[in-house]
Amino acid sequence: MNLLLWGVLPYVMVAILIGGSIWRYRYDQFGWTTRSSQLYESRLLRIGSPIFHFGLLAVIAGHFFGLVIPMTWTLAVGMSQDFYHLNALLVGGIAGIGTLGGIVILIYRRRKTGPVFMATTRNDKVMYVVLTAAIIFGLWTTLASVFEGEHGHNYRETVAPWFRSLFIFQPDIAAMAAAPFSFHIHTLVGMLLFTIWPFTRLVHAFTAPLHYLFRPYIVYRSRDKIPGEVRPIRRGWAPIGTEDRARDKR
Amino acid sequence: MRVMAQMGMVMNLDKCIGCHTCSVTCKQAWTNRAGTEYVWFNNVETRPGQGYPRRYEDQEKWRGGWQLNKKGRLVLKSGGRIKKLLGLFASPVQPELKDYYEPWTYDYKTLIDAPLGDDFPVARPKSLITGKDTKITWSANWDDDLGGAPAMGHLDPIVEKVRKESEDKIKFAFEQTFMFYLPRICEHCLNPSCMASCPSGAIYKRVEDGIVLVDQDKCRGWRQCITGCPYKKIYFNHKTGKAEKCTFCYPRVEIGLPTVCSETCVGRLRYLGLFLYDADRVTDAAAVTDVKDLYQSQMDVLLDPNDPAVAAAATAQGIPADWLDAARRSPVYALAKVYKVALPLHPEYRTMPMVWYVPPLSPIVDLLTEQGHDGEDRGNLFGAIDALRIPVEYLAELFTAGDTDMITDVLRKLAAMRAYMRGITMGEEPDRSIPEAIGMTPESMYEMYRLMAIAKYEERYVIPKAHVEQAHDLEEMGCSVDFEGGPGMYEDSPFGEASGRPTPVAVENFYALKDRQTSDTPSGERSLRNRVNLLNWDGNGSPEGLFPGGRNQPRAAQPSPADLDGRGPAVDSTGGSAGSPSVDP
Repeated sequence: MNLLLWGVLPYVMVAILIGGSIWRYRYDQFGWTTRSSQLYESRLLRIGSPIFHFGLLAVIAGHFFGLVIPMTWTLAVGMSQDFYHLNALLVGGIAGIGTLGGIVILIYRRRKTGPVFMATTRNDKVMYVVLTAAIIFGLWTTLASVFEGEHGHNYRETVAPWFRSLFIFQPDIAAMAAAPFSFHIHTLVGMLLFTIWPFTRLVHAFTAPLHYLFRPYIVYRSRDKIPGEVRPIRRGWAPIGTEDRARDKR
Repeated sequence: MRVMAQMGMVMNLDKCIGCHTCSVTCKQAWTNRAGTEYVWFNNVETRPGQGYPRRYEDQEKWRGGWQLNKKGRLVLKSGGRIKKLLGLFASPVQPELKDYYEPWTYDYKTLIDAPLGDDFPVARPKSLITGKDTKITWSANWDDDLGGAPAMGHLDPIVEKVRKESEDKIKFAFEQTFMFYLPRICEHCLNPSCMASCPSGAIYKRVEDGIVLVDQDKCRGWRQCITGCPYKKIYFNHKTGKAEKCTFCYPRVEIGLPTVCSETCVGRLRYLGLFLYDADRVTDAAAVTDVKDLYQSQMDVLLDPNDPAVAAAATAQGIPADWLDAARRSPVYALAKVYKVALPLHPEYRTMPMVWYVPPLSPIVDLLTEQGHDGEDRGNLFGAIDALRIPVEYLAELFTAGDTDMITDVLRKLAAMRAYMRGITMGEEPDRSIPEAIGMTPESMYEMYRLMAIAKYEERYVIPKAHVEQAHDLEEMGCSVDFEGGPGMYEDSPFGEASGRPTPVAVENFYALKDRQTSDTPSGERSLRNRVNLLNWDGNGSPEGLFPGGRNQPRAAQPSPADLDGRGPAVDSTGGSAGSPSVDP
């Protein structure tokens, strides 16, 4: 069971995430959008959306700090375990509560604003459930360690080593199995979220327009070069004779 | 010098009768799809009036276009790159549907299905957004013909500004009303702020003809372009989550046909042609300090196609010879730069718009006539242009960033042309002093008269086809030979309707129209690949599929994403989507 959950599932998830994203990027550029609903409703969105998104960015940074950077490194630079823990709880807690608050506002808006609710697909609803669950369970692990205080579970000795071991294809299943239930469920829901990610509107995160900072303001582009085709001809679908003629010219 | 070609349009506002034919045909061609109900690539506004979307010219609120920063450099009015990215999660100034209007339809079914009763059944308005009953409170031209002007006239941002400067001179008292129509499409600017605002870089300007398009595959729906465009001519398709805009009917223009709005213009007020401009000088020209100098700096960017140096540079840049020839015959160049009667709309936005307007003289002529004067006499007209400050100031805010002298110059040219040509028509000796009074020769005045008043089709539209050597690169050109006199335009292919290459919509429509104009049998009865072509329907007979048949009749294929893979009516991912005038039976 543990092998399946912490040794196999993560790779399945990564395979679907990467494969699905590539597939979607290649074949569904047109569907790759935020599908913003700001046209319908702006007031609540302008409160909820920035809180959620900035909170989420902080949460992602926190996950990176907690999972990728080994405990020995922070200890080596003189950051005590207590100091780290306090920091993680404080910053992580604020970010998590902000994210949750933001998504609550957004879900309320989505349900209560007629046009926004009508523009919500079933796909969106499933995505919202999984996303909210991941946030709630994540917050639970954080809050739980507040009440447990000193005796709280140190995930940097269980979850983090397992997470890093995944990348060298030698998953440390025992370490993860030793983590408490709250971490297990958060990790599983998180994996579910990343599995459905490529197939939901969440893909917009993968095309965060950071290149905007560097591109020239005015974009010139030539007319499309391929006649009558919107996309390049896929292999196996070239019109009859094309290849031969191309060869003749060569 | 980097010479580039730009398709441009000039609209002669004196001729616009506000019939909205351009808007309707444009909508039929491009935005009759779900998600674009409220989208009008072309709309006609009554001025004074609030425009569409409401008060879009109030840039203190909407923050569109460019401005100069303290260092005198050009920056987006809505903020720099970092500010834009930080505001990505909820666009700070974004028009909502209520700033446009809530599109609606009527519950026509009740009219047929209502049970027998004492009352007449009523088709209630239903919102196309929520599907529920709705109250119609606004539309794209709610204040048409000054409707509601006494109550809402002051909401026009330009009236507001002119009033502030001249106290209550613009009154909306009925007898003092002046009014004209302003048809608007995307300006296809040389320095577009929508493009600069797009985080994804999905909006681009075509190198060949300067048409500004949104790549529908690259757009991610960050909607910054909507804030960025000061003319609010980028719309958000709320079904697809993508930005859409006027395409300058590029599939038609590529094969030498005028845009739908131009072709169907009843007043024949639109001109299409080429500009040559120096792309290297655009940014500097848009950054001149005084907004009143922007008109002149924009003129300076336009190059004279008759100048051998320009022609040589253009050839070196790969602009084909027939395009150069078209640029020399370009009516828009003539009106904008030779006769200097066409002016850009709101040059103060610093976007270098490429749709130009001949300001209307009619409000002044009408006022004179109403007051019992001869509205076409040169002396009266010249005097009136100087005396009637109100229309002039209003026009100046629209077209010259407030420079009334420029407007006066143009109006005097138009007035002189009327007076001079009237003299000739009345059989009088041509009065040379009239053209000379405004610094023109009788010959050039006659030429201008021909272009503006006679306005022959082939003089109004000088559209070079996308070049022959590049023909194979063009989706709508691909095999034009195959269509012309080939195996028949819209006859069935040997393997049934959907076999063979898709027929470009523009080609199909062109021949269908020609067929309608020349054949003496009721046309439009033949179906066009599962579609009903209303363009071709002359009202005689009913084309197959116009009315729904029985329940068992299969529905015609809806345009679906599958159409995008090259089958079905020619659709380009880059410029809006399905453009076929299809009607679902």
